[in-house]
Amino acid sequence: MPKLLPLFEHAVKKPVWDCRMCGQCVLHSTGMTCPMTCPKTLRNGPCGGVREDGNCEVKPEMRCVWVKAEERSHSPVNPHHWEAEFNDLRPPVDNRLQGTSSWINLVTKRDRRTPAGWSGETLAEEPASIGAALVEIDDPTMLPAGFHS
Amino acid sequence: MSRLSDLLASGARPVVTAEFPSIDGGGLAAVERAADELRPFVDAVNATDNPAAHAHASNTSIAIGMLQFGLEPIMQVVCRDKNRLAMQADIMGASLFGVENVACLTGDDVTAGDEPEARRVFDLDSTQLIKVASGLAEGHYLSGRAIKEPPALFVGAVENPFAPPLDYRVLRAKKKAEAGARFLQLQIGYYPERPEAFVRGCVEQGVTQTTALIPTVVLTKTARALTFMNDSVPGISIPAEMIERVAGAGDKDAVAEASYQLTLELSQHALSLPGVSGIHLTDFRHDGSLERLVRDLGIGPAFDPVATVAGTTAV
Ligand code: SF4
Repeated sequence: MPKLLPLFEHAVKKPVWDCRMCGQCVLHSTGMTCPMTCPKTLRNGPCGGVREDGNCEVKPEMRCVWVKAEERSHSPVNPHHWEAEFNDLRPPVDNRLQGTSSWINLVTKRDRRTPAGWSGETLAEEPASIGAALVEIDDPTMLPAGFHS
Repeated sequence: MSRLSDLLASGARPVVTAEFPSIDGGGLAAVERAADELRPFVDAVNATDNPAAHAHASNTSIAIGMLQFGLEPIMQVVCRDKNRLAMQADIMGASLFGVENVACLTGDDVTAGDEPEARRVFDLDSTQLIKVASGLAEGHYLSGRAIKEPPALFVGAVENPFAPPLDYRVLRAKKKAEAGARFLQLQIGYYPERPEAFVRGCVEQGVTQTTALIPTVVLTKTARALTFMNDSVPGISIPAEMIERVAGAGDKDAVAEASYQLTLELSQHALSLPGVSGIHLTDFRHDGSLERLVRDLGIGPAFDPVATVAGTTAV
């Protein structure tokens, strides 16, 4: 099932929203307009290049994704709490989730996980790094193969 | 903190910032020449980051070079060309040399430049970058890894009050301010009523309490320059009457003068708006008009009492 679900999700969301399977869906807060279809994949509003007619800087024949999103967020059929979320600061995309099912990630709250620094936290300890591990190795022949090249 | 942030905090007078020309070779002498031209008239200068998606000497190198020649840089960082690791590294690296002002931009698309085949990155968007850069100054990378001696940074951004959706631009400015932007340079624009509405909105939304607004004006010499910007620069639109007014002024000199007067009027109008803290100048003329403009406006280091602000630039 976990293998099939992304396929199924894509089959449903691709035709309607041109879903790019980022795995961390924010459609409800962006007027049901997928920000990943913005050529710059902006998640926090329109760039400064939007054309006078409201079309996209990059693709002049396409309406700017964020112009569309903003209009739709005020639509009477859009629930108010979704409209309010339009202005939320959305965190950077977790590129590891590309191609996974946002439905599963929503249920498991995996799509809410952000790097500690995003919420202003400073990690107490140095995270394990290869550099730190290396100083513990006395015998250079014990190094992983890649380090000799 | 940076001179720019001190000046803005003091509110003593409107600040004057400008755009550094793109540098393509010529050694540090090329940087020095450009710095010499601007130094007497401006408080800080943008070190651009591959503007209009054309490669040039990098933002970090130019920012560091400016410091060597006594000019305060505002280092632009655009999201188009580098991922989050590289952008954090650039800001941290430049800060080692004393670069404090950082402006976070989305960046024009690669299709606007001369290498449209390039891969676009946009790993972060500009608002996310503001927050990440502010985090560096607070003592941690995006990962949360601690920075024991955090850099002093004055983080800002750019906003375009002239591009649709016009009503939403104030909220976007607010979002950037909340993410940590302490100044916003505003995109070039020729519709005076748009910055008016935008600045009013920013005052109402409390944006100006934390964040300085700095509109941009451009010094041009010909009607063709205006037409070019209108047609080819993403996000810039110019009313036809304005272009006609300049084009119909008469001979070459009269057109140049009409262009100057237009810039002067737009500058005066921008500076008259409550909530505006200064002006950003882009000079495409290079004929002494920048000096003339700051003199006509009566602002900038050239008009400060000696030894306060102007004196600190000499190294
Ligand atoms: S104009 Fe709109 S859709 Fe196009 S790149 Fe900018 S924000 Fe994205």
